[in-house]
Amino acid sequence: MKKRNNWLRRFSKEDFVRAAAIYGIIVFLFVFLACPLVTLFVKAFQDKDGFFVGLAQFREYFTSKAMVYSISNTFVISISSTVISVLLAFVFSYSLSRKNVPFKSFFRYVGMIPIFAPTMLLGIALIYLFGNQGILTALGLKIPLYGKTGIIIAESIYCFPVATTILMVAFSAADNRLYEAADTMRTSALRKMITITIPNVKYGLINAIFVTFTYSFTDFGAPSVVGGNYNVLATDVYKQVVGQQNFNMGAVVGMILLFPAVLSFFVDWFTNQKQSSSISSKSVPYQIKPHPVSDVAATVFCVLVSLAMILFFAVALFASLIKLWPYNLTFTLDNYNLAKAGSGSGLAAFRNSILVSLISALLGTVVTFLGAYMIEKTKKFYISRKIAYFLSITPLAIPGTVVGLSFIMFFNAPSFGIPFSEYALINPLHGIYGTIWILVFANMIHFYSVPFSTATTALKGLDREFETVSESLAVPFYRTFFRVTVPLCLPAICEMGVYFFVNSLVTVSAVVFLYSPTAPITSVMIVSMQGAGQTAPAAAMCMLLLFINLAVRLVYEGLRCRSAAKRNV
Amino acid sequence: MKKRVVLVAMAAMMAMSALSGCVTKEGEESQTSANTQAEEENVLNVYTALEDEQVSDYLEEFKEQNPDVTVNVTRESTGVITSRLLAEKDNPVADVVWGLSATSLLVLKQEGMLEPYAPEGVDRILPQFKDTDETPSWVGIDAWETAWIVNKEVLKSHGIDTIPTSYEDLLDPKYEGLIAMSNPASSGTGLLTVNGILTLYGEEEGWKYLDELDKNVAVYMHSGSQPAKETAAGEYGIGISFGYRCLQSAEEVGSDICEAVFPEEGSGWDMEANALIKKDNEKQVAKDFLDWAISDNIMDKYATNYPIVAIGVGDEIPEGYSSNPLDQLIPDIDFNKAAQNRESILAEWSERYDAKSAPQEE
Repeated sequence: MKKRNNWLRRFSKEDFVRAAAIYGIIVFLFVFLACPLVTLFVKAFQDKDGFFVGLAQFREYFTSKAMVYSISNTFVISISSTVISVLLAFVFSYSLSRKNVPFKSFFRYVGMIPIFAPTMLLGIALIYLFGNQGILTALGLKIPLYGKTGIIIAESIYCFPVATTILMVAFSAADNRLYEAADTMRTSALRKMITITIPNVKYGLINAIFVTFTYSFTDFGAPSVVGGNYNVLATDVYKQVVGQQNFNMGAVVGMILLFPAVLSFFVDWFTNQKQSSSISSKSVPYQIKPHPVSDVAATVFCVLVSLAMILFFAVALFASLIKLWPYNLTFTLDNYNLAKAGSGSGLAAFRNSILVSLISALLGTVVTFLGAYMIEKTKKFYISRKIAYFLSITPLAIPGTVVGLSFIMFFNAPSFGIPFSEYALINPLHGIYGTIWILVFANMIHFYSVPFSTATTALKGLDREFETVSESLAVPFYRTFFRVTVPLCLPAICEMGVYFFVNSLVTVSAVVFLYSPTAPITSVMIVSMQGAGQTAPAAAMCMLLLFINLAVRLVYEGLRCRSAAKRNV
Repeated sequence: MKKRVVLVAMAAMMAMSALSGCVTKEGEESQTSANTQAEEENVLNVYTALEDEQVSDYLEEFKEQNPDVTVNVTRESTGVITSRLLAEKDNPVADVVWGLSATSLLVLKQEGMLEPYAPEGVDRILPQFKDTDETPSWVGIDAWETAWIVNKEVLKSHGIDTIPTSYEDLLDPKYEGLIAMSNPASSGTGLLTVNGILTLYGEEEGWKYLDELDKNVAVYMHSGSQPAKETAAGEYGIGISFGYRCLQSAEEVGSDICEAVFPEEGSGWDMEANALIKKDNEKQVAKDFLDWAISDNIMDKYATNYPIVAIGVGDEIPEGYSSNPLDQLIPDIDFNKAAQNRESILAEWSERYDAKSAPQEE
């Protein structure tokens, strides 16, 4: 009797909330990620008529000559892009957070430009700059755009903002006491970098590397625009699935693409063993000290990066304001006529796009942050947390095409037959098919991993002491969560919301399979405009999306400054 | 320990309720969905791969004649529409397919997704433009064919002032690195071009021809219209694409810069065709739509964009096409055979050119 009382007491409201939260996250990922993927990936083990063939298709793929090139090309691309973009992003975010650089927020916005626009726009800008008729080509700067070089440039540019976002969050957590101590010991700058700064941002750095690597490993956008004949795994998936409707072989290649996610899971397992956090409850925020030489160097670097970004932006703007590249460069505003775009559905498409992105941003941020928190800050549920972690980093490795098709297969089925019986399970989620909700969920899943990494990086920077203290004071974890964790992570949370919004607004690959004809969306409309050869109007629509994204960013930044000012009072 | 068991059980229950809702006898659920769909008798879901600008123009008449029908058009490229249809196979959303390539429709037919239906006036349709079954599963509306667009400015900048007018011309070494073509592994246009060449030259000579052509090709692109668009934008000298897109792009930049060419030896071709999707409740309005989609009025409209429609050559041939467009098409293309051989052709293709093109980059 006594024992039972004890047990009941121990099973408190807090435990219930904790369990509900962590299993809630797992169920969400299970239903919206694992189930759809499984419905597609079982096809990897079946032939076209649905018969089980084991590993025969894998054998077929691995013995084809073209495959060897695709795999080695994919590694070349992703390793080079990772090195370039993470190195640039590291210096960039270091300069902005640890050096006396003027106009910091200006540089930050400018560095974000590439993810504010659909990949099509980046493609257009690259071709207008470096293509055979390109502006820089005409000026004598000839680079072999189509092929390896082009893909690496495009991926590096595209990954730069993502890596910067993660690293900025990592750099924002630092303990000034360490640097003070180092200074009193007259430690050299290089040594401080190696012994304090880099270990401090270790998790951010590892995350940034994995996100960049996985992204360039699976991206189809850049290879399709500037890839020329350079085959990578992502183009293989596209050829199999969209070109030949061979879902079986597409599933095989899709599974090979999961490689970085599996790798990342093991690396995380390994690094987690020696976890320490840089910010303890006694930490003092970092104080930037003037250092003329490195400050100037940092500023010059930021200016150079920003100039490159502005150049792309300017070329894209130019592309949207002319009649016909490269033969009729007359200025025109016609391309921006929304009412004419998409056979008259332009305005409705914009409204839908913004609505979908807002909902995706809101729900996505809540779910990812909560998920990251439960995984990072809970001590119990070891296995569940590992499963949840693996599911959380998987979406990054899944091409949008695969997300789209697996969503159709799973959510369009009204029921699933139970094998060897006459019964079937009703699919309660069938109702979201053909509504905007399926777009919202597809976006939440498709873009889950980067915000998750951002949140994890931010949370890793917080001392576990907070949890320990609140536990010993018998304050339930959710109170600590809302009173301490969320306010401390607010910059990261806003960052995540903006990331969801921005990407949901410009994405094509998954939603092209899922949107309903009654609710058109802009990014898909842009693709079909471009397909019909209307490059300039398509560029104009891309610019409109970019402006919306910039506006969102500015609003967010405004709110942030106000709340920061409030806190300082 | 006990606690953990309880929690796991709770989670399992949550998962179950989220996943299943409830269990039913197989087949029962179709009744309920049929009921809700009965209210939607006047909603028609059309999947199409016709060009965006054509769709609204064509549809005007149908909407006038059927004011109470809501037509939902899903328009995407051939590959995307076909994969979407296949992915939705177990519970189709589309009622009809309108203007999708015959190669794709043969795949759908093979999957048992098409309901044979003979639309009104199907007798007028030329035999090679419809399914050979007594009640055809698909009925063609028009034909599209291989063509290329030549950017004279680009060729001039390379010191070339000739225009290639035949497949043989394309092999001239002076065009090396100037040709863009669509990849048959990702695009229907690429496939029909390769099929055409294999039919024209015969299997063995055909592959020899493609080997030679490969030496001049700068890039194989993932969409059918991309080569035409980028050639018009001056990225390449010659873009092998399809007739309609080449003519549109050439018109856009002006005839002094670009010109559309139909190969002298004849063009590989495919047709755009319609079909009824097999589902539990096939709507009358879907059949009405298919009747309308091959009626005389709409055939005239198709003919303003494509010279060859399924009832023969239109009265007025659209500008840019040859005066006898039927002669342009390679006569003995066998679509069934092409569909059957598709996989082996593409395997051969990727073995020859995918593996080869990559190391050249180094």
